[in-house]
Formats: sequence, C-alpha cells, structure tokens
Amino acid sequence: MDFLYDVKTSFVREMKPLISGWVWLAFGLVQPLLYIGLFVPLLGDVGGAGVSPLQWFIPGMMVMLTLFGTAMVGWSLTEELLSGVLERFLATPMSRPALLMGRALKEMFPLFFQAVVMIVIAIPFGLRIYAVEMLYGLVLLGLFGVGVAALSYALAIAAKNNTSLFYMVSQSVALPLMLLGGVLLPLESGPAWLYVASRFNPLTYLIEAERALFMGELFSTTVLYGTLVVAATLVIGLAIGGSAIRKASI
Amino acid sequence: MIHARDLARSFKTKAGPVEAVKGLSLDVAEGELVAFLGPNGAGKSTSVRMLTTLLPPSSGSAMVAGCDIARDPAGVRKRIGYVGQGSGAGQYYKLRDELLTQGAAMRMHPADAKRRADALIDMLELTGMEDRIGTTLSGGQKRRLDVALGLMHSPTLLFLDEPSTGLDPHSRANLWEHVLKLRRETGMTIFLTTHYLEEADTMAERVMVMDNGQLIADDTPARLKANLAGDRITIGLANSDAAKAAELAQNLPQAREVAVGDSRVEVTVGEGEALLPEFIRRLHEVGVDIASANVRRPTLDDVFLGLTGRTLREAQGSVA
Repeated sequence: MDFLYDVKTSFVREMKPLISGWVWLAFGLVQPLLYIGLFVPLLGDVGGAGVSPLQWFIPGMMVMLTLFGTAMVGWSLTEELLSGVLERFLATPMSRPALLMGRALKEMFPLFFQAVVMIVIAIPFGLRIYAVEMLYGLVLLGLFGVGVAALSYALAIAAKNNTSLFYMVSQSVALPLMLLGGVLLPLESGPAWLYVASRFNPLTYLIEAERALFMGELFSTTVLYGTLVVAATLVIGLAIGGSAIRKASI
Repeated sequence: MIHARDLARSFKTKAGPVEAVKGLSLDVAEGELVAFLGPNGAGKSTSVRMLTTLLPPSSGSAMVAGCDIARDPAGVRKRIGYVGQGSGAGQYYKLRDELLTQGAAMRMHPADAKRRADALIDMLELTGMEDRIGTTLSGGQKRRLDVALGLMHSPTLLFLDEPSTGLDPHSRANLWEHVLKLRRETGMTIFLTTHYLEEADTMAERVMVMDNGQLIADDTPARLKANLAGDRITIGLANSDAAKAAELAQNLPQAREVAVGDSRVEVTVGEGEALLPEFIRRLHEVGVDIASANVRRPTLDDVFLGLTGRTLREAQGSVA
C-alpha cells in the first residue's frame, strides 16, 4: 500500500505544473494534426481498398509520439538530479521505484490526451471507431510508454555527469527504431533488406498490433506479438529503472 | 542522537580510488548544535550523505536517531530532516505544493501537512509566496524553503549541508536567525557542515574540524581556540629592553612562539586577557617601560592553521 501511496504522491506532484501549463498540452497537438492534415492525404489507400488511410496512420503516429515522448523523459529527471530535488526525495522514506513510477505515469497523461483528441478529430474525416480494440490499443501504448520511460530514467541516472550523453544515446536509439518500424510509410513497399531489418525491430510488432487493433482485430497473432513486446518492455524497463534508482547515490 | 564508528567511503575515479572519508567516529548527543568545519573536498558532505543514508559507506557503521543506517535506512529517513547542498524545491512547482508533497513523502496525514505547511510558511517568513514557483524565488527565499521542506515532519534531528553557501551576508544572517529560533522552540539536534569560519564560530556549540577525510579536532569553539591556537599578546616597548621582556614572556604559563622585534615582544598564551595584567605588572617590576599592549583573540582559521599547517583559505584553493 505504501508503494501505491508513494506512486500517487509522485504523480500528483508532477501533474500540478502540467495542468497549469495547459498551453503546452495544447501545443503538443499541433504536430500530429499537421501530419494528419498535410501528410495523410499523400498516403492513398495504404490501409487497403475502401479503408481510410487514417485507420493505418493514426496508430503509427501514436506509437511514434509515445516513443519520443517517453524516451526523452529522463531529461526532466536529469534536471532534478543535478539541482538536488531528487536527493531531497531520496532522503525521505518514499519508495524509490515509486518515485519513478509516478513520474512515468504523469508522462503518459499528455500522450493519452493527445491520442484521444487525435482520434476524435479524425472521426469526421473517415476514421472508423472500434471502441474495445482501440481502447486496448491505448492501454498497450500506456504500458509500453511506462516501460520506455523507466529505461529513460535509468539512462539519465547512469549519465548524470554527462547530460549530452543522455541526449545522444536516447536519440540514437529512438530514431532508428521508429524509422525501422514503418511509422510513416509501409515498409512492404520498400527494398527487401529494409523489410528484413524491420523484422528484428521490436517496435515493428507493436506498430503492427496497433494497426490491427485500429482495423478492428483483437484476437489475432499480430495483436499477441504486440502485447508480448509491450510486456517485455515493461518488465525490462521496470527491472532496470528500479535497480538504477535503488542504487542511485546522487 | 548520532553514533558513528569507523565510517569510511572511497570513490573510484580515473586517477584511481580516492578515500573521501577515512575512518570517521563521532557521537552527537540530543539537542546539540554541531558544525562540521573543513575546506571543500575535506569529506564533510560525503560524511553527511552516509549519515543520512544517501550514500552507503564502504565500511564502518552508524546509528542515527536510533536506527542503523545500513539495516534500517527507512527508519533513519523517517526521523531525520535533510537539507542538502543543492536546491530541494523544483523549479516549476509552487512553494506550498512542494511543502505538501514533502508532507505526503513523509507519510503525514494531509490535514496535518496543511497545518504544518502554513505554520512553516509563517515561521520562515514565506507568507505571500505560497503560489510562487521555484524560478521566481530569491536565493534567500529558496534556501528558507529548503529548510522548511526539511522541517515538514518536525524531525528531532536536522542535517544542514552547507546551508548558507551562495547567500549574501544579510540572507545568511536571516537564515540563521530562523534556524536558531526554531531550535530554541523545539530543542532539535542540528548537524551542519560549513566552510565559513564565522558561521561555525558563532553558531555552533561544538565544532568538528575535518581535513583530508579525517576528523582532526572536536571541541567547543572557545576551547579549540584556547588549546590549539591561543591568544597572541603584543607588547610595545618604550625603551629597548626587549630581551628582558622576552625572558618574562617565556615564563608565562603555556607560553609559546615568543617573537622579539626592535620595540616589541609577542607571545602566544592560553588565556591572554586574564594573563595580560599580571604580565604588565611583572614587566613593570623589572623596569620595562610599556608603550602599548594588545591581545588578539584567535579565529578558527588559526585553529586550522595550528592543526594542519595551512590556513583554511589556502586549503580551499588547493583542494578541488
């Protein structure tokens, strides 16, 4: 119970500046909406004949936003690592993993908000709603984001004396993962080697699962593989992030 | 309140292992106000971070507020207040929110936390700043907020790591006024580190001098000064009987470092003010005419010089 209480304490603390900075929350919507307005019309019938390209594009976009949003969250921790704020909390009885868990959950909040707004806006432009499947897709994304955020925090703690190292590593991991996952364009239409490479990218399976869910599929191997990737990310992220903060002596 | 035995901590660096703290043993009783004095890099912060469970010691043990730092770190954390060297309050968080968060982190009842936060805001003169965020507070206000955060759960033992570094003299005095007032009201034990001599001298009842990872002295500022530095008596001579004066000076109790100039003689003794009248009387008896007399009380810098052969200011420059 103490653990959950501490997660709540950390989450509530992080949420307050976010709510008062709602302008940024709104600003975060601009980029995905530009993609939908200016890029999706170029895609043609990427999702198959008679299916809106939004059905194909929005899930990929959501994965991209989640990955980039959460891979960079260690940045905010770095700031508090260096200033002494984290140390202040480490000197309290709060559970250390709970500290990070609360922060990671807060990072999911704007992403969740953006995803829902994006879906709602896309409805009049032809997005079909599969409520249960899409909701499951959002849950999967949320758990995936918590896992990636935990890894990002571990990286921030490991690279606390070298903030540019954090930036380099997080960017050089996130960008190829995203491009190789076929977020913007279908990899099937590219050269064969690129397609083969994408099979070794765990993110590919998550993106495919999200697309399947947005087409209304739920009980399929594609969704199962995506779920397994999320479970693995979450377990590995929490294990590494948890041990990093437990050992952290700032 | 604090009992440490042989605490040691070494760090791995590129140049090889560095022993930051080498076998620290100390005891602090309830209600004491103790200052750790030493140059930057002496191992003060490392020691405090071990005592506050932020850093596991390489060897040794300690009981802090009744709990073992290695076996029951959560127990220590529950009982102590810690104000670190850095700024504890977040930049984008409102002042009162941070206090309430601290209360929740200390598992206080929300209603108690609210009452306590308002009381501390009042006590530390932060009224009117409740909704200001970290970036808009002045250096002195930020530091008072840090102290308030450390005091949220009314700890019986408060650690202050370099509490007044970076503050202007006025803010520093103001911070101390508040800390001392709180101490008078609650009787809490305070353990602070500082590299400001005046701060250790005027605020602490007991000073532990640390240098190079070791405790090299531990006493009240007055006794440290009397035993390790002493008062410097300077007598200006009207006629040139310097040799006679020097001989008398040599025979004063605890006399050391007698220096003779053309028309003056200097000597270091334990209690200069008490000895001076007697010294003058004896000089007078042997026919030495005195032009002037002066006693200079030592500072803790003289103590540090006596202990290490270098002044604190020099040590400050030589150690990163």
